[in-house]
Amino acid sequence: MEQIMDNKLMNLTLKIWRQKDAAAEGELKSYALTGVSPDMSFLEMLDVLNEQLVAKGDDAVAFDHDCREGICGMCSLMIDGQAHGPEKAVTTCQLHMRQYKDGDTITIEPFRAKAFPVVRDLCVDRSAFDRIQQAGGFCSVNTGNAVDANSMLISHDTAEKSMDAAACIGCGACVAACPNASAMLFVGAKVSQYALLPQGQPEREKRALAMRAAMDAEGFGHCTNEYECEAACPKEIKISNIARLNREYFRATLISE
Amino acid sequence: MKLDSKVPSGPIEKSWDKHRFELKLVNPANKRKFKVLVVGTGLAGASAAATMAELGYQVETFCVQDSARRAHSIAAQGGVNAAKNYPNDGDSIWRLFYDTVKGGDFRAREQNVYRLAQVSNNIIDQCVAQGVPFAREYGGTLSNRSFGGAQVSRTFYARGQTGQQLLLGAYSSLMRQVGLGTVKLHTRREMLDVVVVDGQARGIVCRNLVTGESETYWGDAVVLATGGYGNVYYLSTNANGSNVTATWRAHKRGAAFANPCYTQIHPTCVPVTGEYQSKLTLMSESLRNDGRVWVPKKKADPRNPQDIPEEDRDYYLERKYPAFGNLVPRDIASRAAKQMIDEDRGVGSTGLSVYLDFKDAIARIGEPKVREKYGNLFDMYHHITAENPYERPMRIYPAVHYTMGGLWVDYNLMTTIPGLFCLGEANFSDHGANRLGASALMQGLADGYFVLPYTIGGYFAGTKLAKVTTGHDAFKEAVSSVNARTQRLLKTGGKTSPSALHRKLGHIMWDNVGMGRTAKSLNTALSEIPALREEFWKSVAVTGSGEEFNQTLERAGRVADFLEFGELLAKDALTREESCGGHFREEHQTPDGEAKRDDDKFCHVAAWEYKGEGKPSERHVETLTFDNVHIAQRNYA
Ligand SMILES: Cc1cc2nc3c(=O)[nH]c(=O)nc-3n(C[C@H](O)[C@H](O)[C@H](O)COP(=O)(O)OP(=O)(O)OC[C@H]3O[C@@H](n4cnc5c(N)ncnc54)[C@H](O)[C@@H]3O)c2cc1C
Ligand code: SF4
Ligand code: FES
Repeated sequence: MEQIMDNKLMNLTLKIWRQKDAAAEGELKSYALTGVSPDMSFLEMLDVLNEQLVAKGDDAVAFDHDCREGICGMCSLMIDGQAHGPEKAVTTCQLHMRQYKDGDTITIEPFRAKAFPVVRDLCVDRSAFDRIQQAGGFCSVNTGNAVDANSMLISHDTAEKSMDAAACIGCGACVAACPNASAMLFVGAKVSQYALLPQGQPEREKRALAMRAAMDAEGFGHCTNEYECEAACPKEIKISNIARLNREYFRATLISE
Repeated sequence: MKLDSKVPSGPIEKSWDKHRFELKLVNPANKRKFKVLVVGTGLAGASAAATMAELGYQVETFCVQDSARRAHSIAAQGGVNAAKNYPNDGDSIWRLFYDTVKGGDFRAREQNVYRLAQVSNNIIDQCVAQGVPFAREYGGTLSNRSFGGAQVSRTFYARGQTGQQLLLGAYSSLMRQVGLGTVKLHTRREMLDVVVVDGQARGIVCRNLVTGESETYWGDAVVLATGGYGNVYYLSTNANGSNVTATWRAHKRGAAFANPCYTQIHPTCVPVTGEYQSKLTLMSESLRNDGRVWVPKKKADPRNPQDIPEEDRDYYLERKYPAFGNLVPRDIASRAAKQMIDEDRGVGSTGLSVYLDFKDAIARIGEPKVREKYGNLFDMYHHITAENPYERPMRIYPAVHYTMGGLWVDYNLMTTIPGLFCLGEANFSDHGANRLGASALMQGLADGYFVLPYTIGGYFAGTKLAKVTTGHDAFKEAVSSVNARTQRLLKTGGKTSPSALHRKLGHIMWDNVGMGRTAKSLNTALSEIPALREEFWKSVAVTGSGEEFNQTLERAGRVADFLEFGELLAKDALTREESCGGHFREEHQTPDGEAKRDDDKFCHVAAWEYKGEGKPSERHVETLTFDNVHIAQRNYA
């Protein structure tokens, strides 16, 4: 298959959002980039651009990234209007340039949401997610208080379901993709992980109420069933987590009354 | 400089209990009078910060990423070890202790390793209580799998995302404390100096990565949990931002750096494709539970791997090491791959890879089961290479992965600067010259949940701490030295990007201080690194200013530190005239190519003391004794 791969280098036009800081006005700027290999990752393509910019004395394009293997949730980007780009179930750092062809124009913008202010260029501030987690995304158990791990039996399927929800990387693509900039998929995933497990039961109601309230306080929008979040999510977090969050929330309001 | 390991005397099974009993305590009401600065929020930092806050200390945390949850620990795939013996296959604390000492090629402290094995079980209990969704059997009990260097199944896992789930567990505990007001979070901060007042670590200087401001913070103790330095090789499996800056700057303020030459090359990574490549992706060691490593018997066999019949394949690990087979420790598997490639039996278009084949596993347990166990790894491989590993064997090659060296710490995890502690991959730790798979997560969490929270109390209770504020002259001096360095980086007027210079350093390191090292190659490195450093300070291009969000400046600062540190690494490798674990000196090998230690001369930790700009560092020695495990040539055959 090494032979099948098309190794022809590409020339691209990039339209990239440049914004000096949170207070500045931003704009799309055009860059011509030559010699892009189809084996490069999308971020490696931006690295090449940045090396060229810096060598010319220009400011590099700021973008967030770290692990470059789809797990830290640091990378973002709206690529031609799609969060994490065109490929399904993939983060921007795992997107490869073989998705593109010679002569393509690619528009690259930051994740946009009221609750995610731009820091610079393509970087945004997602600390709102941390604050939602602080409101209730945990089991209150101090170090040293735990009983033997196997004293609590959890069925294989329950553990797997909980793990499906826990796989969320906190990237914020769901928010960026949603026309209402709602964080329901992110919050639904966290609430579900715990609601499914026995460890999560003691604080089940409190958690659902607190995390939803924190979400609203951060300025995220409401869910109107657009399904854009599920389509954009690189970890295939299912929309059923939102339904579960709604049930958990409803249940909690009933019980707490 | 005196290295006092503070290792307790007496029987090893009782050392930790005895030590804890002898540590002075801080009474609960007094704990809130002490402030601890924790730099790094990976497994080690997040678990330590949360636990100390639970105990009542005031805690502030710092990390480079935009959230504490994104520390590099998140990327750990395969699993975490513990001596639970749930599979009933003969495991015990003693066996985990033994395997770790042997796996580390007899270059770790016995007492530290024993403690690690002891607390390993508490870690699993703690993580389950936090809601970490570990893999389970149908009966509801926890599942285990096998990792290299062990003949028992002691590795707990959450699919191929164990690090993510453990870190999110520690992060959730940390967020809980932030919500309770006991921890202050500082994200997008890079620590650039440690502030030492009257010989004690009393604060740090950070660059606020958003505004560029140099900020100062004071504390009663400083904890570094800033991860490993694998990126000195440019290409590694580490996250892009992983760096040596925090520990290196602490080293320059008086913390000894131990065994920098102990680096781990992981045998199973996706091979390099081009110069633009920014990182190497690990294919977890857990794959060696079911995957079989082979190369064609014939040189340059042109056939597709699927078409090569069994009799023309060399399953060289199974052939050379029948007892451990594909699950030999990493250093051994990596060197064996290198041997195959040196014999021109490598595969792929570059010849720089070997096969990792799942054909037999798929035939045995079926594709769905293989998908459930390793699906995310197979997908990752597919994305990078555009090849389908369910149909065609993976091509893999060794890559820099982990660093066993780090700041020297005593049994209390304190460095040679009083009040400066170091945890996780950043310390020189418990793995000797080679870390076994699934033991880094164990060590990071052991340090953070179960060791430091006790030992730091002993330090506070036994130490006089004067009142310090950030107005102290030592803070002013540290800030002006940080600012001067930033200005110097901005003013070279050069034309070469920091990444290009970093890549050059990577080539020097990989070619000369990589899997096989010789006096000649190390001397080459020792002349090329200082030359490159000089080139760096003349030609590095840093655009923008210091008073803004500036990733080019961040990168340049880290590369500058790697350029100093790389030299120490090479020097340590040159001085250690033996082979042990991941440190392979080609002059020192057995007739069949295994690492040959020199226990008479090198059964010790080498800890380097910084002596000032341009002056040679001084090598100190902590002798290692083995009273519990019989020291012998490692044998996995
Ligand atoms: C791909 C991969 C897979 C792995 N899989 C496994 C596995 O299956 N099992 C296993 O046991 N081990 C595994 N390891 C090793 C293990 O993940 C690491 O050794 C471990 O997670 C390190 O944790 P840590 O807390 O010491 O540091 P890290 O998680 O690296 O955290 C470092 C922290 O320090 C901060 N920091 C760094 N520098 C500065 C600075 N100057 N100023 C402020 N903050 C700073 C960072 O922001 C971060 O928060 C794997 C490693 C890799 C690369
Ligand atoms: S739910 Fe999906 S898109 Fe949203 S933060 Fe989590 S991983 Fe990202
Ligand atoms: S850089 Fe970590 S998920 Fe993309």
